Amino acid sequence: MATDTMTNQHVAAHGGHEEHHDTTGLKMYGFWIYLMSDLIIFGSLFATYAVIHNGTAGGPTSKDLFELDFVLVETFLLLFSSFTYGMAVLAMHKERVKQVMGWLIVTFLFGAGFVGMEIYEFHHLIEEGFGPDRSGFLSSFFALVGTHGLHVSFGLLWMAIMIIQLGLKGITDKTKPRVLCLSLFWHFLDIVWICVFTFVYLMGVL
Amino acid sequence: MFGKLTLDAIPYHEPIIMVTVAIIAIVGAGVVGWITLNKKWGYLWREWITSIDHKKLGIMYFLVALVMLIRGFADAIMMRTQQAIAAGGAEGYLPPEHYDQIFTAHGVIMIFFVAMPMVIGLMNLVVPLQIGARDVAFPFMNNLSFWLFAAGVVLVNVSLFVGEFAKTGWLAYAPLSGAKYSPGVGVDYWIWALQISGIGTTLTGINFFVTIMKMRTKGMTLFRMPIFTWTCLVTNVLIIAAFPILTATIALLTLDRYFDFHFFTNDMGGNLMMYVNLIWAWGHPEVYILILPAFGVFSEVISTFAKKPLFGYNTMVWATLAIGVLSFIVWLHHFFTMGAGANVNAFFGIMTMIIAIPTGVKIFNWLFTMYRGRLEFTSPVLWTLGFIITFTIGGMTGVMLAVPAADFVLHNSLFVIAHFHNVIIGGVVFGMMAGYTFYFPKAIGFKLNEKWGKRSFWFWIVGFYTAFMPLYILSFDGAVRRMQSYANTEWQPLMIVAWFGAVLILCGIASTAIQLFVSIRDRKQNQDVTGDAWNGRTLEWAVASPPPYYNFAHLPEIHAIDNYWADKQKNQGKAQLADPETIKYNDIHMPHNTNAGPIMGVFSIVFGFALVWHIWWMVGLGAIGMFAAFMARIFSENTDYHIPAEEVKQMEIEHYNRVKMQA
Repeated sequence: MATDTMTNQHVAAHGGHEEHHDTTGLKMYGFWIYLMSDLIIFGSLFATYAVIHNGTAGGPTSKDLFELDFVLVETFLLLFSSFTYGMAVLAMHKERVKQVMGWLIVTFLFGAGFVGMEIYEFHHLIEEGFGPDRSGFLSSFFALVGTHGLHVSFGLLWMAIMIIQLGLKGITDKTKPRVLCLSLFWHFLDIVWICVFTFVYLMGVL
Repeated sequence: MFGKLTLDAIPYHEPIIMVTVAIIAIVGAGVVGWITLNKKWGYLWREWITSIDHKKLGIMYFLVALVMLIRGFADAIMMRTQQAIAAGGAEGYLPPEHYDQIFTAHGVIMIFFVAMPMVIGLMNLVVPLQIGARDVAFPFMNNLSFWLFAAGVVLVNVSLFVGEFAKTGWLAYAPLSGAKYSPGVGVDYWIWALQISGIGTTLTGINFFVTIMKMRTKGMTLFRMPIFTWTCLVTNVLIIAAFPILTATIALLTLDRYFDFHFFTNDMGGNLMMYVNLIWAWGHPEVYILILPAFGVFSEVISTFAKKPLFGYNTMVWATLAIGVLSFIVWLHHFFTMGAGANVNAFFGIMTMIIAIPTGVKIFNWLFTMYRGRLEFTSPVLWTLGFIITFTIGGMTGVMLAVPAADFVLHNSLFVIAHFHNVIIGGVVFGMMAGYTFYFPKAIGFKLNEKWGKRSFWFWIVGFYTAFMPLYILSFDGAVRRMQSYANTEWQPLMIVAWFGAVLILCGIASTAIQLFVSIRDRKQNQDVTGDAWNGRTLEWAVASPPPYYNFAHLPEIHAIDNYWADKQKNQGKAQLADPETIKYNDIHMPHNTNAGPIMGVFSIVFGFALVWHIWWMVGLGAIGMFAAFMARIFSENTDYHIPAEEVKQMEIEHYNRVKMQA
C-alpha cells in the first residue's frame, strides 16, 4: 500500500522525491490508534470483571482458585518474549534478516509456552467444574484472561507469517512496518498482562 | 449438517413478509437482469466493487443508506398504521411477535444502516478533498470497511426471510436478549450484523483519524481545517473510543448466549445492569458520532450560501470538542430509573444539561453567520433552517428529560420517542439531506433538481411535526413506547394524526426519489462544469466534478481558512485556473484496486450466517475464506502503480478545456 497519497507531508518536505518515501511512520501511527481502541475493549472487560467478580453464585472465589507461582512463570515467559522481540527489532535495524528470524522464533516459543500454560490452567479449571458457566465471576475471569490469550495467539499466528515472509522477501518496505507493528502489539499485550496479573491474580489472592 | 436451520425457518404463513420478499426478489432479479443484459458486471467489479477510491466508496455508502432508508421507513409506517387502528381491544393487523421485530428492525436499520453509512459516506467523499489529500491513509482498509458494513446490511435483510429478527428493541437489553428469554435466532442475527459492521466502522474511524491527522496538505494546520473535517475528526475519535465498547459488549452477550456464560443473566452471579451501562457507554457517544458531521454540513452550507466566513470558527471547533468530551460522561441519563441514587443521577443530569451550552454556541454561530449575509434559499439552506428550529425544540425536550425527577415520569414513554426523533430527524436526517444535495454535484458531476428538493423538504418538515408532536402530547396521557395495541381509545385520534404525518414523510421520500430521477434525466442542463457548483469556499470545490481519481494533480498549498474563496476574491471572484500546457506534471503513485475487500466481505456473510444458525463447518469455511483472502493480499506485491505524468496532463487539459468552453 505504499503510495504517494500517504506521504503528503513527506513529499512536500523533500521536494517531490516520490520514489523513495517511507510509509512506515503512517502505518505505525495507525497501529498505535488501533491499539488504543483495543485497549478500550480490555477496559470494558476489566470493568465487567470489577463489577461482577463478587458474583460467585456459591462457587469458588478468586482466593480458592489462583496459584501465584504458576502465574508468575507465565508472566516471565511473556516478559522474556518481549525482550527477545526487542532483540529482533534491533537486528532488523542492522538489516540482519537471519538474526531477525532467529529472534522471532525464540519469541514465538516463549509466547507459545505462555499460551500453552494458559490453556492448561483453563483446562484444569474446567475439569474441576469451575468453567465459565459456573458463575458470573468465572465468566468474567475466563473472558478477560481468555481475550488476552486470544490476542497472544493471534500475535503468534502473525509472527509465524512474518517469519515466512522475512524468509521469502527479506526486510523490505512492506515487511518492515509489519514487524514493527507486531512489536508494538507484542509489548502492548505485555502491558495488558501486567494489569491482568495485578488486578486479577495478585489482588485476587491478597 | 445445517445446524438449527430447517425449511421451517422460512415464514410461509406470514403474508406480509412473503409479499415483501416477493417484491424484493422481483426488484433484485430486475436489477441483476439489467446488469447482465447490459454486460455491466465487469464494469461494476472493476470500477466500483473493488474500488479503493474514497469518492466511489462514499457514493456506495450513501446509495446503500438510501435503499435501507426505504426498508427502515417501511417498518415505521407499518408501526404507525398498527397504532392508528389497534385501539380499545382491536388487535390491528400485526401480531405482537411480528410488531416487536419491526420496532427492533426499525431502530437498528435507521441507526446502523441508514444514519451511519450516510455520515461515513459523506466523510469518505468530502474529507480527503477538503484536506487536499489524494486518498485516505489506508485505502485497502477503507474498501474492507465498506464490505464489512455491507455484510451487516445483508445479514439484517436475510433475517427477514430466513428465520426472524430480534424482538428485543434496538439495543437488545439483557436478560431479555439472553438465551433464556430469546431462544430463537433473532438476537443472533442482531449480534452478528452489528458485530461485523461495527468492526468495519472501527476501522473507518482509525483510517480517517490518521488521514486527517497525517495527510493534510501543506499549510493546512488544524485550525485552518474546514469545519466539516473538524466535526469528522471528533466523530472519528468518538468512533475509536466508543465502538470497541460495543464490540466487547456484544461479545459478552454472545458468550452468554452461545456458551452459557453468566454476564447478564438474572442468576448465577450475572449483573444485567452491567449490560445497560456498557451498551449506553457506547450508545450515547454514538448519537454524537451521528450528529457532529451533520453540524459540519450545516456549517459548510450556511457559510457558502450566506457568502460569509463562518461566524466564530474557533468557538465552533471548541464547542465540537467539548461535545465530544461530554458525550462520554452522560450515558447514565438513559436509565435514571435504574436506582443509582440521587447523587449519581444528579451528576449525570447536570452533565447532560451542560451539553446544551456548546450546542447553543453552535446554534448562535449559525444564526450570526446568516445575519447580514445574502442568504440564498436553496434546498440545502432550507434543510439547515428546518434543522435549526427543529433541533432547538428537540434539544429542549432533551434538557427536560435530563432532569432525573422528570425522567422518572417520562421514562419509556412516547416522550422519549418524540424527543429522539426530534433530534435525529431534525438533526441527522436533515443534515444528511442537506449534505446529499450540497455534495451531489461534486460526487456525480451535475446538480439535483431544486424544485423536487424543496418539495421533499416541505413534506419532511411538515410530516415530522405532524407525526411526532402528537406523541409528546400522548406521553403526558400515559402512552408508553413499543405498544402493539392499547386500551384507551382517547389516544386514537392523535395516533391517526401521527400516522398521517408518516404518510407526509413518505411523500418526502418519494420526492427525493423523483428528484433523483428528474435530475438524471435533465443532467445535461444541470451539469457542473467548473467543479465549483455553489461558489464554494474550501478545497473540495477547487477540483473537477467528479474529481479525477488522483484528486489533485499537484497537492495544493493553503494559507488561511477558506483559502479557495480568498484566492477567488483576488481574481474578481473567479477561480484561477492555470493552463495545463504550461505546467510540469509528475507521475502519481496510487494504490491498485483490491479483490480482497469484497471477498472478505462475502466470507464474513457466510461466517455470520453460519454462526446465527450454528452451522459449525460453515463457520470454519467463512473464517478460512476471510483469512485466505487476507493472506493473498498480504503476500501480494502488486498493490500500487504509477499514473504517468502524461495521463495526468491529459485529464487536466480536458477539464481546463471544458471550463474554458463554458466561459
